[in-house]
Amino acid sequence: MGMTISEKILAKASGREKVEAGEYIVGKIDLAMIHDLTGPLTLNVMKEVGYDTPWNPEKLVIILDHQVPANSTVTADLHKQLRNYAKKHNLKNFHEVGRQGVCHQILAERYVKPGMLVVGADSHTCTLGALGAFATGIGSTEMASVILTGEMWFRVPETIRFELKNGLRRGVSAKDIILKIIGDMGVDGALYCAAEFTGDGIDSLSVDSRLTICNMAIEMGGKTGIVNPDSKTLAYTGAREAPFRSDPDAKYASTYELDLGMLEPQVAMPHSVDNVKPVSEVGEVPVDQVFIGSCTNGRLEDLEAAARVLRGKKVASGTRLVVIPASQSIYLEAERRGYLREFVEAGGVVCNPNCGPCLGGHMGILADGEVCASTSNRNFIGRMGSTASKVYLVSPETAAATAVEGKITDPRKYFRE
Amino acid sequence: MGGSKLIGVKGKVWLFGDDIDTDVILPGKYLVLTDPNELAKHALEGIVEGFASKISKGDIIVAGKNFGCGSSREHAPLALKYAGVGAIVAKSFSRIFFRNSINIGLPVVVSKDARDLLREGETIRINLEKGIIEREGGENIIVEKYPGFLLEILKDGGLLQNLKRKFGKVDIR
Ligand code: SF4
Repeated sequence: MGMTISEKILAKASGREKVEAGEYIVGKIDLAMIHDLTGPLTLNVMKEVGYDTPWNPEKLVIILDHQVPANSTVTADLHKQLRNYAKKHNLKNFHEVGRQGVCHQILAERYVKPGMLVVGADSHTCTLGALGAFATGIGSTEMASVILTGEMWFRVPETIRFELKNGLRRGVSAKDIILKIIGDMGVDGALYCAAEFTGDGIDSLSVDSRLTICNMAIEMGGKTGIVNPDSKTLAYTGAREAPFRSDPDAKYASTYELDLGMLEPQVAMPHSVDNVKPVSEVGEVPVDQVFIGSCTNGRLEDLEAAARVLRGKKVASGTRLVVIPASQSIYLEAERRGYLREFVEAGGVVCNPNCGPCLGGHMGILADGEVCASTSNRNFIGRMGSTASKVYLVSPETAAATAVEGKITDPRKYFRE
Repeated sequence: MGGSKLIGVKGKVWLFGDDIDTDVILPGKYLVLTDPNELAKHALEGIVEGFASKISKGDIIVAGKNFGCGSSREHAPLALKYAGVGAIVAKSFSRIFFRNSINIGLPVVVSKDARDLLREGETIRINLEKGIIEREGGENIIVEKYPGFLLEILKDGGLLQNLKRKFGKVDIR
């Protein structure tokens, strides 16, 4: 019996030839990440232990990203704690304001390579599985343990295979794929499993798109999303080789199939990520705010798609548009290509890279009764501000079309040649 | 610290069914509490009124499949531990509950047979190292054995205590 890519990575990390789903292992961690919200909690745990030297300073990444630059004295203090910790231990992988971006995007651009075992003190760490790594989110206490020991215990997860067939039609994108899957699976449909995305459909997608898909594996309970690395992965990560791919006779808990050619744009309605409908069944939903950004959809490909819709048009009156590139390098490239100018000329606001309103931190918090179409990944009650606001999760294409028309809109008409 | 504090857990059996979820173990309205002793007062109050005051220290919950399903709240195993529960035996656990329990030092033991063989109120002793449940007068029941590193965390009383033992002698300055 062969092994899945997840099993192979966990086997290697635990120094074994072979592991099977359900087994317990202790894995050596290749990369650990904390950010400005979870990091200080981890530092507190280490304070209680009485020891705080990282097992390997090269493998610990600290990123300021949730509220950047600091928007309150509370945030400023959190930043200061991490800054001091980085200074004390001479950590070179500290992402200060000005070298920041949403943590998962920074990890993708700079650190993660295929075959790595990655843990982050953030639930969307599963994003990095798109690069052929095994990546999962953990709590702050467990992170303290990882930082001190470089190891963590795992129960090897079962894997569910998501077989994506054929290619997407114009105006439909990766976000629509993962929303459709979560709608079908439910918020606990992949509980604690590795969600492995395979098939010619995934082969045809860019690395940016794969990151979007794996990002939301956690929204159906997945421990990680994962894609077998190919030449695109190698080009993106600069890795010379991809150490692991799933064997053809690997064992899967179940298989789910999706024909991408049949897919239309999808919308996750308030207040649950699995409350998904095709855009044609959403009806008339006027929106107050459109947010394009986050670790789900703040990448260059997303901004490109949105700029294409907004180019030469205006954001509808009564609606406001907030765009936040996911990292400084994306910001610069979007600037070079003229996208940022196009957003501003259309009447939108472009903010500096960080999480922004995704979790209701700042830069576009919603008031009572307001409605937001957002490219982020969670629409729980109160996620982006007032508990009496509503969030609809959409693709960047749908978000941009919605900004132009002031109500949730099928973007496909903007993508006809 | 550490050592062989936890060779066995001994207590009376409390039987429960399948799919005991975290909302039953600790209703969401108590998540604002941070003192584990306060949490403990509400442990399992969704099924057994006054559970915390009825059990004796070390008593053992024996349940069906999927114990601890639902949210990832670490409060749920904490409430049980501080209520005095010595261990939980179940046909299966939700894995996040399983992970949280080990990390706070509450033994959670998988056994396919225990729920069907044991009787309410009988006294049992779980030998975690050997992986057996010893019954007074009855035949032993085999349970899933822990790998050594999990046993070590449990013996220390949880992940934090485990870290303190490994690193605590060193000064933070
Ligand atoms: S963008 Fe949103 S989901 Fe992503 S890390 Fe930031 S707050 Fe979390």
